[in-house]
Amino acid sequence: MAMTGVLRPGHAQIRVLDLEESVKWYTDVMGLMPMGRDAQGRAYFKTRSERDHNSVVLRQADEAGIDFFAFKVLDDATLADLERKLQAHGVATERIPAGELMETGERVRFKIPTGHTIELYAQKTAAGSTTGCFDPEVDVIDGPGLRPIRMDHCLLYGGDIDGNVKLFTEVLGFSMVERVKLEDGQTDLAVWLTCSAKAHDIAFVRHAEDGKLHHLSFQMPSWESVLRAADIMSINRVSIDIGPTRHGITQGTTIYFFDPSGNRLETFCGGYDHYPDMQHITWSWEHVGRGIFYHDRKLNDAFLSVVT
Amino acid sequence: MQKFDICIENTGEHYACADSRSVLEGMEALGRKGIPVGCRQGGCGVCKVQVLEGRFVRRVMSRAHVSAEEESEGCVLSCRIYPSSDLRVNVIGAMKKNVCRPAAASLPPNP
Repeated sequence: MAMTGVLRPGHAQIRVLDLEESVKWYTDVMGLMPMGRDAQGRAYFKTRSERDHNSVVLRQADEAGIDFFAFKVLDDATLADLERKLQAHGVATERIPAGELMETGERVRFKIPTGHTIELYAQKTAAGSTTGCFDPEVDVIDGPGLRPIRMDHCLLYGGDIDGNVKLFTEVLGFSMVERVKLEDGQTDLAVWLTCSAKAHDIAFVRHAEDGKLHHLSFQMPSWESVLRAADIMSINRVSIDIGPTRHGITQGTTIYFFDPSGNRLETFCGGYDHYPDMQHITWSWEHVGRGIFYHDRKLNDAFLSVVT
Repeated sequence: MQKFDICIENTGEHYACADSRSVLEGMEALGRKGIPVGCRQGGCGVCKVQVLEGRFVRRVMSRAHVSAEEESEGCVLSCRIYPSSDLRVNVIGAMKKNVCRPAAASLPPNP
């Protein structure tokens, strides 16, 4: 088997200002499936296509943002192996007991140089997709909300993104897919990394403040479905940041918008496959506007500085 | 529905805002500028203002951007307040420079 180690993004825990309003919005507008609540009051969701029990967890808090972002790894032995490698790299790790997060096994939690909390885990109950594993139909009948395929990746803002790149590539086996250089031609403004063969599983932008969420992204099946998502957003008076448009970086089509607490989300489609033998793509400062928004071809101040 | 006059002290701009719309939404809907626009959902803090005069209805907003002390001094996120009288506000958010300085001064993002 070619894919081992870290498999894919698994779950993100997002802070919301009003839990009930957010649960309704993530259900009716995002079109996610409510998967229950735990004793702490956290609300769990998955997309219709996702097989594991949950991918988005909402926690009521007095400020917006992300608590942690997690990756699923191949198995328990891989989890123990990566835990050892993190410790050997000088990273303090903590074991969160199985069941602390609903239907989820033990998690290895650690902080990365930009101050974000990342988790690895091997077990999450296979609740199944809506179409099942035996003689499935396709899931194309129209229904409520945007109905993305999966929670796909996130973009995090913080100071030491060089330390993050070192940790993710040298310890966790990620590859660099794209990077944007600052005016000096040396320093990375932003990096896109994958643990699989996607254009990105996680991305980082250099920023004065640590621990910030830029966006959590959901994959759509087509460019047409991204446009349909924009219509659904306007019908529901969703706050749209920018789009529908396309990125030069990753080449994906996109809309950025905000949840009811101001956390930026993305619906995107496309991009390309990246394999570890491929040279990564580099963007110069002179072309960063086109890299970020391929049609506008200019930097957008709100996109670069509005974070939670 | 009632409409109230919103005055942005920094720029001297006035616009009419319905009581069903947030102060930020009312400004945006008329294509007006003066208050920087961020997430519009009370999370990012970009549209922070101090209300100098007037009454409003307030929805929940992030404590990361408006402390209890600031709140007592009339500081709010304009995307989360709905006017119930004419309002005079002062823009104090993180991107204030973008509305109070010439447009050319806003780049690069200085990461």
